[in-house]
Amino acid sequence: MQSENEWPLWEVFIRSKQGLDHKHVGSLHATDAQMALTNARDVYTRRMEGISIWVVESKYIHASNPDEATSLFEPANDKVYRHPTFYNLPENITHM
Amino acid sequence: MQNSDLLLLSSVETQKLLVLADTSLIMAQRLSEWCGHAPILEQDIAISNIALDYLGQARNWYQLIAKTLNKREGTNTHTEDTLAYLRDVTDFKNLLLVELPNNNWAYTIARIFFISNYQHHFYTQLLTHTNSNIAAIAEKSIKELNYHVQWSGDWMIRLGDGTNESKQKMVEAVNNWWSYTGEFFEEKLHAMFGTNATILEQQWMAKTKAIFEEATLHIPENKWMQTGGIEGKHTEHLGFILAEMQFLQKTYPNATW
Repeated sequence: MQSENEWPLWEVFIRSKQGLDHKHVGSLHATDAQMALTNARDVYTRRMEGISIWVVESKYIHASNPDEATSLFEPANDKVYRHPTFYNLPENITHM
Repeated sequence: MQNSDLLLLSSVETQKLLVLADTSLIMAQRLSEWCGHAPILEQDIAISNIALDYLGQARNWYQLIAKTLNKREGTNTHTEDTLAYLRDVTDFKNLLLVELPNNNWAYTIARIFFISNYQHHFYTQLLTHTNSNIAAIAEKSIKELNYHVQWSGDWMIRLGDGTNESKQKMVEAVNNWWSYTGEFFEEKLHAMFGTNATILEQQWMAKTKAIFEEATLHIPENKWMQTGGIEGKHTEHLGFILAEMQFLQKTYPNATW
């Protein structure tokens, strides 16, 4: 739990290049959204990792319960017909 | 350093570039003192990034100066390292503001804001400089300076319009630094570069006022300004920085990694 004098935690998402998705890269502390963005720039894009940053205050992210994993995800195991494995992809399509 | 070198260093062309190079180097040296000590991890990295930006700018200027000196002299003895490590206090032409101690976070932020806001507008004028090398280094630096202005401006507002304690520290920092900002606009500096000091001061003041307004700060009233840095007349603090920075090269000449 967050103590009173600690800055809120933010989750950072970086898009590495045009056309790709923002990916979760880590978290950091900041007092507000503007500071979270500049901190993310300084902490996570020092080596040309990105061209766009999203930040979300961690408390707004709701996670699934690990205890429910069995009922949530295992039923998908034997549903092979849900996979698009019966299509042939043209060779020059890369990001699929 | 040989006498012939000193003669060359006092020529106008080199002298003026040393103001830019030395200001960036000493700024980098001061800021890097925060490495491992900043208030929180994220700001530690941020301020180290800024220190490295300044070091990179200093390197660009020193390389250009070394090239100029070597060409004029027909040698290759001058390098960015000889310029940084083998000159003494009075050879340094940095602005006085950058050599003063960091004191606290508010002082450090206010200094970055004053300097980066100044350099941003100064370098913008240098974009049209007749020497294309100078224009190119200015162009590269401006992208970094833009960010430094934004970053330090955010912190000026955060501290100035923050708690009673943060405000009091920021007001103290601004009041203490103020008399060192006059040196930014000295005619003899801008005469060397062909830049317009009046316009520069107006632009700098406009941005300063805009940020101060949001930060609920007031422009100090004192008009008396410090001078001397660009002529090599420094405070007692520069000698200590150089002693630390140049220690290795002076103790073990030509030592390499």
